[in-house]
Amino acid sequence: MSAKRLTPSKLTYLDFEQPIAELERRIEALQVSHDEHAALDISKELEQLQKKNTKLLQDTYQNLSAWQISQVARHPQRPYTLDYIECLFTDFQELHGDRAYSDDPAIVGGIARFKGIPVMVIGHQKGRDIKERQYRNFGMPRPEGYRKALRLFRLAEKFHLPIITLIDTPGAYPGIGAEERGQSEAIARNLYVMAELKTPIIGIVIGEGGSGGALALGVVDQLNMLQYSTYSVISPEGCASILWKSASKAPEAAETLGITAERLKGLGLIDHIVSEPLGGAHRCPEEVMERVSNAIAQQLKTLQAKKLPQLLETRYQRLMGYGKFKSTSEK
Amino acid sequence: MSWLDKIPQKIKRAVDSAQRRNMPEGLWHKCDACQTVLYRTDLDENLEVCPRCGHHHRLGARDRLNVLLDEAGRVEIGSDVTPVDALKFKDSKTYAERMKAAQRDVKEKDALIVMRGTVEAVPVVAAVFEFKFMGGSMGSVVGERFVRGVQDAINNKSAFICISASGGARMQEGLLSLMQMAKTSAALTKLSEAGLPYISVLTDPTMGGVSASFAMLGDVIVAEPNALIGFAGPRVIEQTVRETLPEGFQRAEFLLTHGAIDMIVDRREMRTRLSQLLSSLMNISKAA
Repeated sequence: MSAKRLTPSKLTYLDFEQPIAELERRIEALQVSHDEHAALDISKELEQLQKKNTKLLQDTYQNLSAWQISQVARHPQRPYTLDYIECLFTDFQELHGDRAYSDDPAIVGGIARFKGIPVMVIGHQKGRDIKERQYRNFGMPRPEGYRKALRLFRLAEKFHLPIITLIDTPGAYPGIGAEERGQSEAIARNLYVMAELKTPIIGIVIGEGGSGGALALGVVDQLNMLQYSTYSVISPEGCASILWKSASKAPEAAETLGITAERLKGLGLIDHIVSEPLGGAHRCPEEVMERVSNAIAQQLKTLQAKKLPQLLETRYQRLMGYGKFKSTSEK
Repeated sequence: MSWLDKIPQKIKRAVDSAQRRNMPEGLWHKCDACQTVLYRTDLDENLEVCPRCGHHHRLGARDRLNVLLDEAGRVEIGSDVTPVDALKFKDSKTYAERMKAAQRDVKEKDALIVMRGTVEAVPVVAAVFEFKFMGGSMGSVVGERFVRGVQDAINNKSAFICISASGGARMQEGLLSLMQMAKTSAALTKLSEAGLPYISVLTDPTMGGVSASFAMLGDVIVAEPNALIGFAGPRVIEQTVRETLPEGFQRAEFLLTHGAIDMIVDRREMRTRLSQLLSSLMNISKAA
């Protein structure tokens, strides 16, 4: 998908968007008949309907529940990592493989230029159609994916390239082979290495931030989230099936887990929220791309101005600051 | 549920309670593995390892520290760090309620106990999980106590030992608990810079966010026999891949053959083996 708008007949509507879907399809049909019978003047009617639709969209999106936001975050037409790479970067050269076992298509990465500056960009990649989804394993990496990322982190460090990570995964893949090849170790190693990597790292949650599988690309100097993305220790469905013994309680779980950008900003766990167009990133990708681009440009400038020891100390202190607890003593 | 489903359950309950009647609480214990009925005191003295089949039952954090550390010079670290319910988390119960219940039942404030001391005269800081406290789950307190332990080890030029027993991150603390994975792993970079060894001991079970952070970052990784160790839980994997899992999957022996850990050590030899490892790594001469 390139950065183009989708027409109502091409757009996938979520369950809670059905009233919007009806209205937009009506508008589209009217427009077609308007084009065909130019003599009939229905422009006023159209205008009214469009106003009504904008209001409906606004009302719906102003009051999204955490569960609805997680539906938007997983929207099948949402821009994915390679869409961002195509729009925001030039000279992208994809690098493959972990040099030990395999190449994991659920994580893509490579060297590119961002506004002329050489960078390393790495992200989770989901698939659009059934075939590609399977190929990308629904964006769920195996250990070799994390080890490829690790290799690229080291490469970036060696050549002083800032790193940009794009986070969008349901989680690390829970499979037999993944466990045999050390899924835990692969994730743990990335957390360790990213904490002390001698180059600036910017992270952006563009869709789903699924637990440890997301965090393995998420130890960064600046953490951004798109307005309708989520970041959580466990999926709402997983949490519901453990604590409520029923996956149908996912909406309640989503609410209490605090997975939205707004809630996480309030908790001090993320730095910046990139706002999305009305109705979500997929409705106007070019708008999102531009905002993400601006955020990266600004943060890159700030981070690159810092001396390395200061950059690393700030990153370390930021990591040490995570957590809410009572304590009667100083460290 | 139909009346038909209820019948087997009732029968099962009757059988269960009949078994319980035959087992006075406290005096006897039936081995979880070989079903041998053992004297409670025998099992206690044997560090909860079955004398018949060698099965390692779970052992509490304080008991582990008692066995591991020399008696003199023990100092607890971070005991003043206590949990709060930052998200006002609520499922069928609130997190605040669950926390209080665990504190009352387990008589600990949270799931990690950290102590400075010595192991056969080798200076160490030991962080030990209490599985009974909400499944040894890692929230903000576990992360903070872990980090303070690592810092103390650096300040006192001690080795760091972590004995894990955990289901993973504590859901009730949401993303705050996930971030403890990053926080604890980052702290270990400083220990490494200071040239001090870190031994990670994996006991039953070490899963999820604990497994996928500091537990797998040991300079040496040791496991207890038959401990369940992995990233995803066996049930989740089974549901995902729709296959029966291979025999011994995610057990310590499985990890050893797959190259994920260095060794499996019987609990009764753990103290000696750890002191040998650490004294060699730290080049401390041992009394002959």
